[in-house]
Amino acid sequence: MAAAMQLNTLMSNMFATGLLDDQFQQLQMLQDPSAPDFVAEVVTLFCEDGERIIGELAKLLDKPAVDFDKVDAFVHQLKGSSASVGAQRVKNTCIQFREFCQGKSRDGCLKTLDAVRNDFYDLRSKFQTMLQLEQQVQASFYPKQ
Amino acid sequence: MADASAFPYGLRVLVVDDDPTWLKILEKMLRKCSYEVTTCGLARVALDILRERRNKFDIVISDVNMPDMDGFKLLEHIGLEMDLPVIMMSIDGETSRVMKGVQHGACDYLLKPVRMKELRNIWQHVYRKKMHEVKEIEDHDSCDDLQMLRYGFEGFDEKGLFMTVDSDTTRKRKDADKDHADQDSDGAAAKKARVVWSVDLHQKFVNAVNQIGFDKVGPKKILDLMNVPGLTRENVASHLQKYRLYLGRLQKQNEERILGAARQDFSNKGPSENLNLRSSFQEQPSNISSGYPHPSQKIQGQNSVLDSQLEDTKRTVPLPVPDKSLNSVGSVAASHNVAGVSPLGGVLSFKGLPVNQDRKPSETMNLGCPAWNGGVPSKQFMQYPKHNHARCDLLGDYACLPKPDLEHPIAPGHLFTPPPLISMSCSMELDARNFSDVKPGLLDCLKSLSPALTCTVDSVSTQLSDSVVTSADADRKFSSVEGLPSTNFDQTSNQGALVRSQEPSIICSADFSSLTEDLPGYPLQSVSFENIGLGGIDLFHYNDAMILSGLQSNWYDDQDQFAGDTIDYPLMDGCLFA
Repeated sequence: MAAAMQLNTLMSNMFATGLLDDQFQQLQMLQDPSAPDFVAEVVTLFCEDGERIIGELAKLLDKPAVDFDKVDAFVHQLKGSSASVGAQRVKNTCIQFREFCQGKSRDGCLKTLDAVRNDFYDLRSKFQTMLQLEQQVQASFYPKQ
Repeated sequence: MADASAFPYGLRVLVVDDDPTWLKILEKMLRKCSYEVTTCGLARVALDILRERRNKFDIVISDVNMPDMDGFKLLEHIGLEMDLPVIMMSIDGETSRVMKGVQHGACDYLLKPVRMKELRNIWQHVYRKKMHEVKEIEDHDSCDDLQMLRYGFEGFDEKGLFMTVDSDTTRKRKDADKDHADQDSDGAAAKKARVVWSVDLHQKFVNAVNQIGFDKVGPKKILDLMNVPGLTRENVASHLQKYRLYLGRLQKQNEERILGAARQDFSNKGPSENLNLRSSFQEQPSNISSGYPHPSQKIQGQNSVLDSQLEDTKRTVPLPVPDKSLNSVGSVAASHNVAGVSPLGGVLSFKGLPVNQDRKPSETMNLGCPAWNGGVPSKQFMQYPKHNHARCDLLGDYACLPKPDLEHPIAPGHLFTPPPLISMSCSMELDARNFSDVKPGLLDCLKSLSPALTCTVDSVSTQLSDSVVTSADADRKFSSVEGLPSTNFDQTSNQGALVRSQEPSIICSADFSSLTEDLPGYPLQSVSFENIGLGGIDLFHYNDAMILSGLQSNWYDDQDQFAGDTIDYPLMDGCLFA
């Protein structure tokens, strides 16, 4: 099945490049017949929440006087959120981000915000592809009658 | 699923996390552990849920960083109000944070990402607390025996010997107290006379303390000034310990909030205000234990203020239950709860477990004695008025009962027989439906407890009342009683036994088969061992103690049995657990 192979390749790639870590596999193992869309739902939640947090970060860093504590709080949220789905790269970028927050470096924060945004969007697009491929694979197993 | 390993199945967990992704994941993981999960994204909502369904949860898992309320604050509130074990979680594993969690009373601190095996094991915290409570009761009793022998000389007026012994013991006890919060002091104080620290008695105590001067105060001086016949130095020492801790917390809390505002808090009794009060109390333990002289010095200066605040509290708190309730908490419970409450059920139930031993003094002080912390009782009463009213009647009935044991010399090794002030499960009784919450694990507890419930209720009450009534601020360790199912267990017989009998017989492991037979019918889900408001908290303090100590004899006989996997929960079959 082409979709299945593509999905396989995509997942291997995400793990190999450090985009995803073991936590994502834990999520996959949690999925079961009682919750067949579990991974999809979690991933979707993460994408929405991550988008929201990044938006808040951009707003906070856009202010003339940056409240670094608030920024740090949001970065902490994003870090926690990314850890939930195994978004390793995003999480690591958040760690760097927090250091700039603690150092109250606006430039450092802005730079890292860009980095985290890139990592996040990269992951999100791959997640979206993954979900689409998943659906195709599912559809091939359970063709509509 | 009818085997020992099924023990924690159906554990009722409340998960609090502002991160929707984590909430979903944790819910799934906990469901996979066969736990019953409730999720909540806001700390305030979580508190409301817990208050509303007080006995419907066994354990709380909460994230540390939440937007609406600091996770540590939530932790404190839960520990104070509901006395549930709380597990903290965070992606941040810094030692300082973990330590803060432990200081605030978390029974565990998990690092995210949390693994299945960690969640599978959370039931042990619930269980461990119960075991600990039981053990403390046992310690009380054994301590009592020793103390009896030692202080038996008191009556002989051999001052030299007596004072030496006494001062040594007092000192030792105080040291132990400082090390182990209220554990040892409760044991020591509990040994001779089971004193109920009524509002009046406490007021005498406070007056004496103020008269002496807080920094010069000592149990003997207070005792002399109070001039209460039958009150012992140990009682006073233990009470003083708790009072100091309480004042320390209050003082700190007052430093944080304007004193005037605090006064209004007492009178207004807004829930959040009360919570604030409590949380500050919670923060005290670490201060108290580590830097005792410091808070006491401050306390000294504020004594009058605090006392007057307490006065205000007493006046303004609209306690539906008469003050006597403190004294005869047990009696109320007794009359209420007669229904087959299984002490062991309380022990093994996942409810009411104290979050943190160190917090017990504050908790008990807050909850047990309105005079000390009007905020707590009033708040509780206000929130759970129905419970209080019910209890009022019962309290009235028992108000005339003499204080346990103040007049009776205690024979060594013999538990005196105070009036059955303490009921086995006051909270149980009011929540007949709670019984459905009986966990499989409880069934076994109930088995062993059945003798206590049915045949030797009186002995349980007497035994327990010893340890329980000792102070109004009974240890929360006894709060496990609340977990006892109220329905179903030979209600009539229990009721009669609780109310009437005064026989201090040791509870023997009677057959619980009759009890257990009742259990299978109970659905796991719906039972809630609800505490009855604040009064309920007091009551189940007492109740737990009573039941636990009463059960102690057979409990510890079977202690190995409860040590872990060897526990046999015959009634735990699939039908009982969701």
